[in-house]
Amino acid sequence: MSTPTAVALEDAKVAFRLGDGRVYTAVEKAHLTVAQGEFVAIVGPTGCGKSTLLNVAAGLLKPAAGSVRIFDQPLAGLNRDAGYLFQADALFPWKTALDNVAIGLEVQGTPRTEALARAQQWLTSVGLGAFAGRYPHMLSGGQRKRVALAQVLIRDPKILLMDEPFGPLDAQTRQVMGNLLLDLWSADRKAVLFVTHDLEEAIALADRVVIMSAGPSSRIIGDWRVGLARPRDIFEVRLDKEFHELHREIWSVLKDEVMKGYAQSTQAAEAV
Amino acid sequence: MSRPTLFALQVLVAVVCIVLWQVLSTVPVFGKILLPPFFFSNPLDVFSQIVKWFASGVIWKHLAITLTESILAFVIGSLGGVLIGFWFARQPLVAAVFDPYVKMVNALPRVVLAPIFALWLGLGIWSKVALGVTLVFFIVFFNVYQGVKEVSRTVLDNGRMLGMSERQLMRHVYWPSALSWMFSSLHTSVGFAVVGAVVGEYLGSAAGLGYLIQQAEGVFDVAGVFAGMFVLSAFVILIDYGVTLVERRLLVWRPTVDGRG
Repeated sequence: MSTPTAVALEDAKVAFRLGDGRVYTAVEKAHLTVAQGEFVAIVGPTGCGKSTLLNVAAGLLKPAAGSVRIFDQPLAGLNRDAGYLFQADALFPWKTALDNVAIGLEVQGTPRTEALARAQQWLTSVGLGAFAGRYPHMLSGGQRKRVALAQVLIRDPKILLMDEPFGPLDAQTRQVMGNLLLDLWSADRKAVLFVTHDLEEAIALADRVVIMSAGPSSRIIGDWRVGLARPRDIFEVRLDKEFHELHREIWSVLKDEVMKGYAQSTQAAEAV
Repeated sequence: MSRPTLFALQVLVAVVCIVLWQVLSTVPVFGKILLPPFFFSNPLDVFSQIVKWFASGVIWKHLAITLTESILAFVIGSLGGVLIGFWFARQPLVAAVFDPYVKMVNALPRVVLAPIFALWLGLGIWSKVALGVTLVFFIVFFNVYQGVKEVSRTVLDNGRMLGMSERQLMRHVYWPSALSWMFSSLHTSVGFAVVGAVVGEYLGSAAGLGYLIQQAEGVFDVAGVFAGMFVLSAFVILIDYGVTLVERRLLVWRPTVDGRG
């Protein structure tokens, strides 16, 4: 490949020690690359270790085996090139929206006045210019996600890691947020690793869709290129014929895994 | 219910109680006074005692002493609680080692410490401050400890991913979280600071509200005891109101129960 690789997981294995001493292997021999400027979505059934894989790429989690390379450098400690958008609310509740966005610059040593000015610009570009003084609890779920997005993007990370960022939002808000994300992303095309359980969202957003098998010991079992033209509109792209064909093709593989994952999670519940 | 109605009802309760007290302690019912003045005094005497204190100005000295003791106990106890709470929460080994001792000291009724403090620190204000500190310290300590321990994992990870160093995490994540827990117990800890001061004064001192009550009790001056109690409650309510103002100012970021900040 001519473009440099932003993220490369090679044979990454992630395992946890359980409370009773047994070892639970979440992900087995995962091989995944994200090229610079590429938008990759990971889709898989619940509990398949998608988020685990993302945490490995972020450096929040150390793989039990295999290697993680970021721009061809082995990753040690936290991934300083990456911005991470969490599924749960991760804003600092004691800071206003403006301070929440500015903090990413402030910790780098940017003077406060400059940080605040740029934070205000970012809030405006996510459509929240008038909400700078609000605390997170005064914002709706969708607004909080916008602030979180601005908080991550203001640092201008080379890689964007997103863990079901729009999961807690309602269907309409998700689509609006998806379009906002594509707009912001198209400006400078960062490498994106986007985890979701929603196949439609994955196809609509990404250049490549990667499917994981049901856990435990889940693996990557499929990798599709999405050829839909950009710029895309999430509302309209779903009406595209190509979208439907791709969806049918990927779903035929994913369906079995979803059923397996579902069966395992219900069995596990019965065992308890 | 509208505010004026509520206030009127609240006043009504006080009026009914005082009138009942006055009547039962002065007017015989079936030839017998139900609240003998020797044990229960009566509202008029109590009121005139309070007026006398304020008119002559004696009370101010005692109030000032009790207030000083309370503030010192609160400040020193909170400072100690915050520092030790932080330290324990960040050093699980230290916390584990000291855990049984912390529990032991906390289980001890603080009143038994009063004589020891009086011996060590004399009958001046510092023995009362020490008693208040032992009460305030544990409340703040447990809250700060909890606050640091229960910082949301996601918020912490977010801080890390935003590039915060350990020191910046302290300042932007652990510290505000611990403070919010501390402030949520502000009313309790301020209340306990006053309790420490007054109990200390009661058990041995030469000034303060506790001393005033103890003196009146020593000569069976029931009106004086009640007067002291009323002044003390008014004093605590005022302090509590001050705390509420501080709290509103500092915890604007927190959602209130009715959902509006």
